[in-house]
Amino acid sequence: MTSTAPESTEHARNGELMLDVNDLAVYYGNIAAVKGLSLTVHKGEIVTLIGSNGAGKSTTLRTVSGLLKPKSGTIDFNGQRISGREGHEVVQLGICQSPEGRRIFPRMTVSENLDLGAFLRRDTDGIAADRARVLELFPRLADRINQKAGTMSGGEQQMLAVGRALMGSPQLLLLDEPSMGLAPVLVDLIFDTIETIREQGTTILVVEQNALAALRVADYAYVLESGVLKMQGDAKKMAENDDIVKAYLGG
Amino acid sequence: MAVSTPDTIVKGAKTDIPPSVNRRWALGFLVAAIVTYVFYAFVVPNLGGAGKTFVATWIPAVATNEALVWVICAVGLNIVVGYAGLLDLGFVAFWAIGGYTAGWIMSTFIQAVNPGFYLLSAAYPDQPGIHLNWWLVLIIAACLCAFAGVLIGAPTLRLKSDYLALVTLAFGEIIPQVFLNADRFTNGARGIAPLDNVSALPFGPSAIAIGDVKIPISQPLGPFDTSAKFLLFSIVAAFAIFVSLRIREGRLGRAWLAIREDELAASMMGVPLMRTKLAAYAVGAFMGGLGGVVYAVHTNSVFPDRFTFSISILLLAMIVLGGMGNVWGVMIGALGLAWFNSTGLPQFGFWFNGQFGTEINFPSYSFLILGAILVLMMLFRREGLFPETRTRQILREAERSDAEELDGGEV
Repeated sequence: MTSTAPESTEHARNGELMLDVNDLAVYYGNIAAVKGLSLTVHKGEIVTLIGSNGAGKSTTLRTVSGLLKPKSGTIDFNGQRISGREGHEVVQLGICQSPEGRRIFPRMTVSENLDLGAFLRRDTDGIAADRARVLELFPRLADRINQKAGTMSGGEQQMLAVGRALMGSPQLLLLDEPSMGLAPVLVDLIFDTIETIREQGTTILVVEQNALAALRVADYAYVLESGVLKMQGDAKKMAENDDIVKAYLGG
Repeated sequence: MAVSTPDTIVKGAKTDIPPSVNRRWALGFLVAAIVTYVFYAFVVPNLGGAGKTFVATWIPAVATNEALVWVICAVGLNIVVGYAGLLDLGFVAFWAIGGYTAGWIMSTFIQAVNPGFYLLSAAYPDQPGIHLNWWLVLIIAACLCAFAGVLIGAPTLRLKSDYLALVTLAFGEIIPQVFLNADRFTNGARGIAPLDNVSALPFGPSAIAIGDVKIPISQPLGPFDTSAKFLLFSIVAAFAIFVSLRIREGRLGRAWLAIREDELAASMMGVPLMRTKLAAYAVGAFMGGLGGVVYAVHTNSVFPDRFTFSISILLLAMIVLGGMGNVWGVMIGALGLAWFNSTGLPQFGFWFNGQFGTEINFPSYSFLILGAILVLMMLFRREGLFPETRTRQILREAERSDAEELDGGEV
């Protein structure tokens, strides 16, 4: 498999187009981190972007969030051009991110962290409803609601990071390495919750190094290697294909 | 999976500081201010010789008033450094701008305006120059400083921590130099003096008498009416403290804390970074302007050589000592260090030299001593004397280890 053209396995993608990344290139100074990446996320899907360390996954996600500016290429969300916009504008449009390394606010309580997730919202009732929803998804957070977030365990912090992103009531939820540094039992729990979140109507784009965990819940997958798209297709089929797993997923 | 959660959990508490704490402190501030006023206005004049000497030596009214200036500015700088986490080494610039604004619009300095323009002023009549009521001057100077804060902030706030500190340092040096050298507009090194008299209100009775106690109302207050000025300065300080506590509880305050904790994460929550940081600069500068005017009124003059780098550093030391982010702690830190610097150390020096026949110039060692205090603080009480609740907890609670988490296989 030496061809650079992305391989594709059959998959019918229903639902309207939500996120459309087209020929995206992102540079850090002179170094290209992402080279001509195109991907789409349709409404109601869980899409995963997998690849090894340094493949450009997080860079892609941060560019979608408006934290990095693309060198070329475009990003459209619900038909609106969002590439080049500021981070807070992208959040306003309905894209919320749970960042790599969780990055919860350590000196604030769980409660304050969740409040900040809803920073741009003013609908008090909606915020309260989402808060209840998040605490139902992660009952652990309700137990620790007034605890300083920095004193929680890694798993709890990850739950908080996801919950905080949900507080923005996103149409599209971006998750950056939710399994990082977690015990296997916690990884399963987080991904189970990701499925629940999708069932509740939120579309999800998840970036992962732990490819098998991500493929288990995803509908569609993109494999990134050194900033270049290597493969894309139905996530379940990809997980079953031993050759692919061996070649790209370190399986 | 129905979870019954108490309402506070679902709705979320506004803050982790119980309002009763702030109420207690506010009450303490009020009582302390009234007691201090009564002390200087009515007790001290009736004291015997020894008592009077003691007060004049160790707690002179002038030093108390000056300490309030430091409180106002430290509370302002606390917004930039303590709330938003932006290191600002040039805060003295706003102090200077506020002072010169007072110099321009409440003195005879602008001779071109002749006959003078008076607006609700307690100044002597029939002089040239612009003479505005000092409350108006406070507002104008503070707004001008806020604007200057935005002007300085807009190009510099894109920089990250250390670089931002360096650029603010430069501004703190440049602005007093500008005032020193723009001779035509600032009178250069000769400064602007005297300033107009001020009054509590521009109209009404000259003073209200409660028994023997006479509280001045529209009576003009000159350079020597220290106790009456103490009341006025206390009001400005209380305003600065109140505003900074209120903002902290609101959206803007939460956005500042978020930026201080983690800028990138804050941005992901939708906090507009540039705008929020500029707001911190503007509000901080606003209070720096208030402090500048109060200082000018306190000393009845404005001189460029007063606005030195050491002021910025001393303000920062007050914040660190008092407890970064905690307004009340910063207030205590400011009062303490201001007293130490203006009175405590020099008087201790006199006493020591007199006692032991030495000739040590104690005030010249003030920064050495301050430095030593700060080093000790960093070693033994990093969070300051009166830390923010959130800081205290995180520094004292051990982090749960991952091993612990894996141990029980619990989530």
